[in-house]
Amino acid sequence: MTRAFLALVLRDLRLAARVGGSGAMGLVFFLMLVAVVPFALGPDLNLLARIGPALLWFSAVLATLIGLDRLFQTDVEDGAIDLILSSDTPLEVLVAAKGVAHWLTTGLPLALCAPLFGLLLALTPGAMLSVAATLVVGTPALTFIGAVGAALTASLGRGGLLLAILVMPLMVPTLIFGVSAASAATAGTIAFLTPFLILAALSLVAIVIGTFAAAAALRQSA
Amino acid sequence: MSDPHAGFIIASYAFTALVIGGLVLRAIIDHRAQRRALKQLEARGVRRRSARQEAAP
Amino acid sequence: MPRLSSLWNLANPTRFLGLADRLLPWLAALASALLGVGLYLSFFVAPPDYQQGETVRIMFIHVPAAWLGLFMYVMMSASALGTLVWRHPLADVAQKAAAPIGAAFTFVCLVTGSLWGKPMWGTWWVWDARLTSVLVLFLMYLGIMALWRAVDDPGRAARAVAVLTLVGVVNIPIIKFSVDWWSTLHQPAAVFRIDGPTIHPSMLWPLLVMALGCTVLAIALHVAGMRNEILRRRVRSLRLMEAERLDAGAETAAGAAR
Repeated sequence: MTRAFLALVLRDLRLAARVGGSGAMGLVFFLMLVAVVPFALGPDLNLLARIGPALLWFSAVLATLIGLDRLFQTDVEDGAIDLILSSDTPLEVLVAAKGVAHWLTTGLPLALCAPLFGLLLALTPGAMLSVAATLVVGTPALTFIGAVGAALTASLGRGGLLLAILVMPLMVPTLIFGVSAASAATAGTIAFLTPFLILAALSLVAIVIGTFAAAAALRQSA
Repeated sequence: MSDPHAGFIIASYAFTALVIGGLVLRAIIDHRAQRRALKQLEARGVRRRSARQEAAP
Repeated sequence: MPRLSSLWNLANPTRFLGLADRLLPWLAALASALLGVGLYLSFFVAPPDYQQGETVRIMFIHVPAAWLGLFMYVMMSASALGTLVWRHPLADVAQKAAAPIGAAFTFVCLVTGSLWGKPMWGTWWVWDARLTSVLVLFLMYLGIMALWRAVDDPGRAARAVAVLTLVGVVNIPIIKFSVDWWSTLHQPAAVFRIDGPTIHPSMLWPLLVMALGCTVLAIALHVAGMRNEILRRRVRSLRLMEAERLDAGAETAAGAAR
């Protein structure tokens, strides 16, 4: 079981790294969003520093959504999904593996680069650190909530927009607690730890529910 | 009603009536359309398997 | 077990159609009577609020609409269980028929809330916890309806939507909790609380009658929607059968010509 899990994670990581994979795309998109927003809001550094954590979180949500529609779709297209469905390993484990691989190629790089992009938004070091920490803890929730949508739209062919419509309402709690923990350092109205711990809990719940629901959706639709 | 906000009250009731009326109308029109389609298909001799068994045992 | 078998008979789509045909006029009549009485009570009997004046009359549709938005989601979730666990076609149909009705009532709740908010708060929209939760519920309805439209096979669409609905039902309390938390965090200086701690009986009765009337109306619409959906599925399968037969006919004709 562990071997199948690791094999699938490694396969997805390799696919993401190679030509045609979406390895660095989420990150580039993230940078694009952060770079474009000041053109809309104006270059006022005070304003950018105040809304910076929220901006980074919002960009992370969008960047996660961008790559998600291909999570199961490529497997449906090339037939790998039949091997995954008929394997002896429980489908839930394999779905979790795909989710972990997606998080390693999208969520984790976003979280690690967030302090760097925070420089563009004039964030204080404390704010940068808290944004990075909340993104590390919170992006698994985004990935696994999104995995449900990806599984539901896997066999539709044109699932991208629909996926966003389906999962964005479900991402509201993650966004709320992620942003409030991230901006706790700058705003200073609440303690950092309260929303941070709730965010961690949301992530754990999302991993469990997302895995089972995505597996159920794949079984039903494929 | 000589309330300064009468417009808001009337607007909200009118809007609700519009939406609920729309739902009722949709149900009725849809029902007629499906019944008509079913009748046309049956007139062309297309029957459900269960209906055929009842008709010719 | 006579009761179980009668329940089983009811679950047969053809029996359901017969029952719906018989039941619908009664439901419609009951709904109109209740709503008539409720409207009379809420316009002519209920007193104007000492703080909000006549605007409080918007409550008599706003609150039932909110209740029904939730109620239809619960109906949908129960049907979703029926779809996934028992694979019952009637559950699929119940799920599909409930979505637009629930979305419509949620939309009514949002619009009337906005129309109530304008004279009370001075703006059309306030990011108040309750209003925001209802907005997210409305977005979830829209997502569910979009998924229904995206999958063409009715059975597969029903199972996909069932998974989404159940994930949604787990999420609704979390969303409610987080939005409440978020709203207290960003609480503006003075927010007019839309409902007091208690509600006077002279307003409670019209509200209850209206809520009951709207519930019966929603059930009638749901039964009608289920009936339409069953008929639509029949039309669909008959069309497919006809197409198959025409196909086969064309093939034999081609074979004979050769």
